[in-house]
Amino acid sequence: MIAFLRRRPGLLPLLLLAPAIAWLVAFYVYPAIQMLQASLWSGTLETGFVFSWANAATYPEALGRYSDQFSRSILYAAVSTVVCLALAFPLAYTIAYRAGRWRTILLFIVIAPFFTSFLLRVLAWKTVLGDDGFLLGPLKSIGVLPEEFRILATPIAVIFGISYNFFPFMVLPIYVSLEKIDRRLVEAAKDLYAGPVRAFQRITLPLALPGVFAGSLLVFIPAMGDFVNAELLGSVQTRLIGNVIQSRFLVNNDYPTAAALSFMLMAGILAAVFIYARVLGTDELESGIG
Amino acid sequence: MLRWLGRNALRAYTGLALVYLLLPIFIVAIFSFNDPVGKTNYTWVGFTLDRWANLFAIPGLLDSVIVSLRIAFISTLAATALGTLAALALVRYQFRGRPATSLFIFLPLATPEIILGASLLTLFVAIGQPPFFPLNEFTILIAHITFNISYVIVTVRARLSGFDRRLEEASADLGADGWQTFWRVTFPLILPGIAAAGLLAFSLSIDDFVITNFTAGRTTTFPMFVWGSARVGVPPQVNAIGTIFFVVAVSAVAIGSFLQRRRA
Repeated sequence: MIAFLRRRPGLLPLLLLAPAIAWLVAFYVYPAIQMLQASLWSGTLETGFVFSWANAATYPEALGRYSDQFSRSILYAAVSTVVCLALAFPLAYTIAYRAGRWRTILLFIVIAPFFTSFLLRVLAWKTVLGDDGFLLGPLKSIGVLPEEFRILATPIAVIFGISYNFFPFMVLPIYVSLEKIDRRLVEAAKDLYAGPVRAFQRITLPLALPGVFAGSLLVFIPAMGDFVNAELLGSVQTRLIGNVIQSRFLVNNDYPTAAALSFMLMAGILAAVFIYARVLGTDELESGIG
Repeated sequence: MLRWLGRNALRAYTGLALVYLLLPIFIVAIFSFNDPVGKTNYTWVGFTLDRWANLFAIPGLLDSVIVSLRIAFISTLAATALGTLAALALVRYQFRGRPATSLFIFLPLATPEIILGASLLTLFVAIGQPPFFPLNEFTILIAHITFNISYVIVTVRARLSGFDRRLEEASADLGADGWQTFWRVTFPLILPGIAAAGLLAFSLSIDDFVITNFTAGRTTTFPMFVWGSARVGVPPQVNAIGTIFFVVAVSAVAIGSFLQRRRA
């Protein structure tokens, strides 16, 4: 075997890759194909499902029936992405240029939420944002806010939850691309009589864009599929496409509709990622994350 | 003046951002010491150590933690083994299709968890039709290995990219064969990267809810337990378990980085 590989060294990397790739083909690619097929099923769990191309009508039906949840998902994901970007950029900037010896600690705090259970973090915000919680309670008792004011069960709470949960995914890539910038470029800009604002606009910001793009994708994509924040912090009026997919699959066993919805969601997202990878190159994408 | 303002505004903002990041972690820990009236644990009533003393008094909680640990352990081992081999291939060798392979490996990371979970559920439903493929710990395990493989590859690869290949050449010059070079030179050098990837895989697995939700059937992992109790009220013991996980994870990272610093 080793002697054989010595004669054909080109085979070694393929051999190393084979198990992981085989696994991903079996449990990532094949299930996706299976899901495409399931979206063209008709029938119920009891009677069994039958595949037919004629069932393609499920797609427009599902899209029409759940267009509210679809557009709400896009809206909430987009707003969360913008909120994350606005909150993350100054923080990433501080960590990259102003933190000095605190840098490692600050980076650690950015990822610290990942060490607590995701669901418990969401529930913790439910405690904080509660109608008489320690944020709103005092404000209500001194009369700053009216008694019926609430954040929970509103779109604000859901967007807040989504933004919180994916915030580190925005900070880290921006930090990485800021940190890579050669600061002598900024000095050069200043030597050429650019003010701090102009130097930021013309040097720092454009060079940080790969991080901004990567971060935006890393927030937008999972936000599009969210159902946990919508379920725990929201109400019936804030149901997202994720909630529909989840309940169609697990409560109603309506696999065709659920699969069609998942597929439309995935197809849209993959198209976005491919376009993005084309524009920037995959290495850029990964360096933003790694 | 403007600069002073800018610098201090940035500093104040950073402080606020840190509070924002850490607040839920503290809330989870603090409410494990709460003594709530009734089932919900959303308002502070009073301090007690009672829930910590009766950590596993809640039926099913201990079982769910054990299930989670078992799944995390096995999926970490499997994903780290498969992922490390693939990462080695991607960093060390030039071959046709390498960029395409990189993109392919990246795709699961760019897929929302709900889609990964849903498509695996569809797969399991489709294979066993009828009777349906039983959803249990085994199907959760398959799901966790799947999402962890890509994370491991990306992590190990990032750590490997600074690897100095001349060390291996030196080893070969000194008469070591390929096998000896791998175990004496390459492996010790990439071990911290593998350990980091393993740690990441473990924490992703133990905390995964979305994908598990689709592939668990009636099996209850710790996050599934939290989800189930969120409807009726999460007992403080759950916060206590979450706090223990947090402390263990932070200690592991701290010890890891300390060891690595000492080596360097």
